Amino acid sequence: MTFMTGENMVGGYGSANILNGCSICVDLGEIAVVVGPNGAGKSTAMKAIFGMLNLRGGKISIGGEDITALAPFERVNKGMAFVPQTHNVFTSMTVEENLEMGAFINTSPIAGIMEPIYELFPVLKEKRHQCAGELSGGQRQQVAVGRALMTEPKLLMLDEPTAGVSPIVMDELFDRIIEVARTGIAVLLVEQNAKQALAIADQGFVLVQGENRYTDSGTALLRNADVRKAFLGG
Amino acid sequence: MEMLLNPLVLLVNFILIPGLAYGSQLALGALGVTMVYAVLNFSNFSHGEIMSFGAMVTILATYWLQSIGLSISPLPTALLALPLGILGSISLCLLLDRLVFRFYRQQRAGSVTYLIVSIGVMFVIGGLIRFIIGPDDRNFNDGDRFLLKAREFKEMSGLSEGLAIKSSQAITVITAFIVVAAIFWFLNRTRTGKSMRAYADNQDLALLSGINPDRVVRITWVITAGLAAVAGTLYGLDKSYKPLVYLHLVLPIFAAAIVGGVGNPLGAIVGGFVIAFSELLLTFAYKKVAAYLFGEGFFGDGLLQILSTDYKFAVSFMILVVVLLVKPTGIFSGKSL
Repeated sequence: MTFMTGENMVGGYGSANILNGCSICVDLGEIAVVVGPNGAGKSTAMKAIFGMLNLRGGKISIGGEDITALAPFERVNKGMAFVPQTHNVFTSMTVEENLEMGAFINTSPIAGIMEPIYELFPVLKEKRHQCAGELSGGQRQQVAVGRALMTEPKLLMLDEPTAGVSPIVMDELFDRIIEVARTGIAVLLVEQNAKQALAIADQGFVLVQGENRYTDSGTALLRNADVRKAFLGG
Repeated sequence: MEMLLNPLVLLVNFILIPGLAYGSQLALGALGVTMVYAVLNFSNFSHGEIMSFGAMVTILATYWLQSIGLSISPLPTALLALPLGILGSISLCLLLDRLVFRFYRQQRAGSVTYLIVSIGVMFVIGGLIRFIIGPDDRNFNDGDRFLLKAREFKEMSGLSEGLAIKSSQAITVITAFIVVAAIFWFLNRTRTGKSMRAYADNQDLALLSGINPDRVVRITWVITAGLAAVAGTLYGLDKSYKPLVYLHLVLPIFAAAIVGGVGNPLGAIVGGFVIAFSELLLTFAYKKVAAYLFGEGFFGDGLLQILSTDYKFAVSFMILVVVLLVKPTGIFSGKSL
């Protein structure tokens, strides 16, 4: 029994379906990576899991509990945290306020949760009184991940966290993500940089047209000749 | 020396003091408009009528308090009745949101739809007010009229120009200052206030952070309604209450919100004073000031008035047009309309 499962999800934005019965699951302490060509429904699958998209079919459960009908903010209470691809920080608020908002549902003292996040991303502590809108792309991503971690989630979902950041920052972000998973959090990742992402993945899902094409461990997918040829550029 | 002091007193008496009071009233009104715009994403044209409704409830409560003989003289009884006015406008706003605005929010209606809806709401509240209290002028200020009388000032200073401060003007400025300080403290220091700012900044991300949108909307209406009732009552105390006037007030209030940068609370306050002082400076007759400075008849017989007071609303219009042409996001770069 995996911690979070999205089974046979069917749905889309208008009348057409983008997800045609794909399934994604991830366990505590593991990293699951969703890759696939543009328009495969990777981000849509993430939104569906977080309840930002009404499903026409399928079921989503977390820790054995069916949460298919819950609104996004109710899923936060169930231990889910989501970092969208864009617009993922409160630009008019300071770094510290961003983190504070992340902890909105947490009634325990904030300082105790904030400290480990400042340890994970030291640059945020330096800039904590600066507006998030004034930060660089990589720093913003750190704020975004930090905000999500403030809810003390059991499942952290990241939609292309490395989009638009330099390769050095990307490597660093991946290192941080591994550290997060080691603390026992389930991490679900959608990535364009498929090779690097699969390299850190315990479980990999290759989506095509809203369906699962390949599902295997990250290293096995990297070794799979078909996957390499079709999705990883040889 | 007196040659300079007399015109100075004249300007303070007819521009600075009324401008501060009127500016405070506009600032409170614009703050409400800007909050609704920032959080609920629409231009609420019914704001003037919500102010009127709050003032009306305050007046009715004032009459009731007077009838049972309660008074806080020398302060106007209306200040004691104000909490009831605030409660009245809060109930009205929550009811309106439940009956009207929530529907359009769920439909994710466009801004033009909202605008028309709010104009409809404006007429309905306006009608309701005329049903309840009638269209007539009402003076409900029973406190001391003046803090400083013109004649007293003349005797005190020996100048030929008088300086008068109405107690309603002093009450307006002090109340506005307290309310604005409280709002800023709330928005920047409390968790709920920050969650409102977060929701206004990025609705989707606020949802992801577990901020309950219904609660944010409710609190926004409560604050907006409170601000409206205070602004409406202060305006009524200062000038007298007449329902039609509040319909006209919507224009300078929106101008103030837009000039400052709509969605930006600090902008609303600055905008309020910009509009108020522009109106007064452009419609003031400078004849007497010029007479003190340059001698009688230096500029001929004219009043030296740039615009007739009949055109005071045109001033807001002109500023609005200039701002929208030159800097549509306003002084403090709020959201673009």
